[in-house]
Amino acid sequence: MTVYGWGLIFVFALVLTALALPLGRYMAAVYTGQRTFMDPLLGGPERLLYRAIGVRVDRGQDWKRYATSLIAFSLVGWLLLYLILRTQTLWSFTGLNPMGYHSMPWNVAFNTVSSFLTNTNWQYYGGETTMSYFSQMAGLAVQNFVSAAVGIVVAVALIRGIVTHVAAGERDSAQAHSIGNFWQDLVRTVLYVLLPLSLLVALVLLSQGVIQNFSRYLTFTGITHIAQTLAMGPVASQEAIKLVGTNGGGFFNTNSAHPFENPTGFTNFVEMLAVLLIPAALVFTYGRMAGNRRQGYAIYATMMVMFLGAAAVCYIAEAHGSPAQHAAGLHTAVRAGTTGGNLEGKEQRFGIAGSALFNVVTTVTSCGAVNSALESFTGIGGAVPFANLSSSEVIFGGVGSGLYSMLFYVLLAVFLGGLMVGRTPEYIGKKVEAREIKLVALGILITPLSALFSTALATASSAGRASIDTAVAAGPQAFSETFYAYLSQANNNGSAFAGYTGFVQPAAGSVGSHGITFADLLGGFTMLFARYAPILFTLAVAGMLVNKRVSPAGLGTMRTDNATFVVLLIGVIVLVGALTFFPALLLGPIVQGLTGHLY
Amino acid sequence: MTLLRKELLRALLAMLVFTLLLGVAYPLVVTGIGQLAFRSQAGGELVHVHGKLVGSKLIGQNFALQVYKDGKPEYSHGVPVTRPDPRYFQTRPSGTTPADNDAATSFANYGPNSIVTEKAIAANIAAYIALNGRYYPGGLTAAKVPVDAADTSASGVDPDISVANARIQAYRVAAVRHLPLATVDALVRRYTIGRALGFLGEPSVDVLELNLALDRL
Repeated sequence: MTVYGWGLIFVFALVLTALALPLGRYMAAVYTGQRTFMDPLLGGPERLLYRAIGVRVDRGQDWKRYATSLIAFSLVGWLLLYLILRTQTLWSFTGLNPMGYHSMPWNVAFNTVSSFLTNTNWQYYGGETTMSYFSQMAGLAVQNFVSAAVGIVVAVALIRGIVTHVAAGERDSAQAHSIGNFWQDLVRTVLYVLLPLSLLVALVLLSQGVIQNFSRYLTFTGITHIAQTLAMGPVASQEAIKLVGTNGGGFFNTNSAHPFENPTGFTNFVEMLAVLLIPAALVFTYGRMAGNRRQGYAIYATMMVMFLGAAAVCYIAEAHGSPAQHAAGLHTAVRAGTTGGNLEGKEQRFGIAGSALFNVVTTVTSCGAVNSALESFTGIGGAVPFANLSSSEVIFGGVGSGLYSMLFYVLLAVFLGGLMVGRTPEYIGKKVEAREIKLVALGILITPLSALFSTALATASSAGRASIDTAVAAGPQAFSETFYAYLSQANNNGSAFAGYTGFVQPAAGSVGSHGITFADLLGGFTMLFARYAPILFTLAVAGMLVNKRVSPAGLGTMRTDNATFVVLLIGVIVLVGALTFFPALLLGPIVQGLTGHLY
Repeated sequence: MTLLRKELLRALLAMLVFTLLLGVAYPLVVTGIGQLAFRSQAGGELVHVHGKLVGSKLIGQNFALQVYKDGKPEYSHGVPVTRPDPRYFQTRPSGTTPADNDAATSFANYGPNSIVTEKAIAANIAAYIALNGRYYPGGLTAAKVPVDAADTSASGVDPDISVANARIQAYRVAAVRHLPLATVDALVRRYTIGRALGFLGEPSVDVLELNLALDRL
């Protein structure tokens, strides 16, 4: 460990907070229809988009209409992306398939499309060995934008459900049931938030060396006469939205470890900020929309405490080095001119702290981009991503999905707190009743249940075990690999202990890959179910809360904006995560972390 | 039912509009700005010597020599067999096939508690000592090998090595090229990239630039 490493974590948290505050204020303006400084520039295109898709924005939707629009949009998006990936060769006339890659096989395409639709970006394919530029930019990157937008609008809808005050006499009018207009929220999210931020991040990355071109791969003979190839492509534009939208699907197979995606220590810092910016800002947006910024600060504090804890544990563990290194005779202490620590599967320019922090950032959010090999992290260092996923992505979480999942935990904590003091639980003036709490509990349990169910299925069947990379993994690591695969897909994260695979890399000279059907389908269904079921529950809860009577806070009201509540909330999150996942975690990462024994 | 049909139609229109805006216009705008303002970065920081492409500053290469058997290049599993060229600084161990293959990057995925990992690291250490040990004053042992020389990189095309790693290799490069050690060390210092803004990232030595500078001496 070095003072630079700790400094990085500390400065990162500060800069993140400093940027998230103004962005949160801006987003609150965007979602409450106030004027923003972007209006003169974007007002025209916005109205044009409404006209193009035929939307009357003055009409609110109740939760069922909102959900219908969302499902229709996702269904069409799914089919369109499937079509693009399956007909990759047909689009070669655009000149955007310079390497002549084949279309994706059906099973890999099913997994990939479900993955990008659900903001997971789990990748059972190698970007530079199977994907044309056309598929990447017109297919995958478009879903990077809109899947992120879908997550955000659901969070905004839930916020409206919680904070809207409906006058007593109008509680049964149609407008009182409105949680917003899906199409309007979608368009505004893309135009006012995602597109400007992506453009900004893309240009910063581009200026630092992230490539952006449509060239063929370059072949050349090196100075020692070895033939080599440089992969090319429109990377910067896709890299930006991959991070800003917490998508995480790399242009290249090694994702943000690849120097063309992440060339320097500075870009590494920018990329981490880009990932956490919107999830962090949305918490402040929530506080503003609730009319009590302290509600936002309380949730932000909860997230930040857990985030810093995860980063510290991961950094300490990685700086210590791994049993395999020590058995081979390496010294892993920091010495002059070397990083020390577990540099296996990490890049020199990021070092230990830059890699550990990046992977904590990417697993607390549902991003899943990685700048180092998670599978090569030490047992405890690797248990941190596990723990982050086990808390169902509420420590900042994915764009939108993090906040709506966190608000579910808040409602659960309010309910438990209410039980403890023996009062009907209330949140921001609205009673939380049996109907809502049932949906909240179900919504919280869906993700762990689908993760554990799929892991069990994949571990118990030989078809599932076929995906394990037996060349490198055996014993607890093989289980970790499998468990992480389904945990990551159920949480719509997309990071991987990458030994577990659902496709066979094309051999040298061949341009097509083929898939492993079992892993592709199980993973695909896991992602779809664990994304859309909680979304429907969230919208339903928003619908139930939106026109409830608001009672003023009294003496006996449990406060949800102070340190006591933060402690209660952290307790609930840890308890739910530990109770559901501890047995499974014991079999994999914890065994690996507690023993110096080699398998 | 009509509601659903209307929504599906609206969804289709929206997806088409978004594809044009986000999938075509947006990357083209970024490309255009790249061509105007950041041409060299957008192209991949390519390095040419006498007009001939020799690599990218950002992508690690295998500075190796082809091994010949009976006058023909030797292959193993369809991959050329190579040995490190002692005249050049060597990049980190790579998990791609063949080594440093930027056309198909992949992680090595060596686990922390795995015998496979221990063997791989031990083999990397042995190779490093075999290459550099006899030039290093006092000889090299496993404990003296910097972690970046023994651990596989993430991308498989890591362009950099640590300063400690470069300092050890400098003894060999100087001896093989009959150069004063001070000259090689000066080049190492010159191509060491410090921490960005003074605290971001780790000091690293860009191997391609260093090797090209050696050839220019």
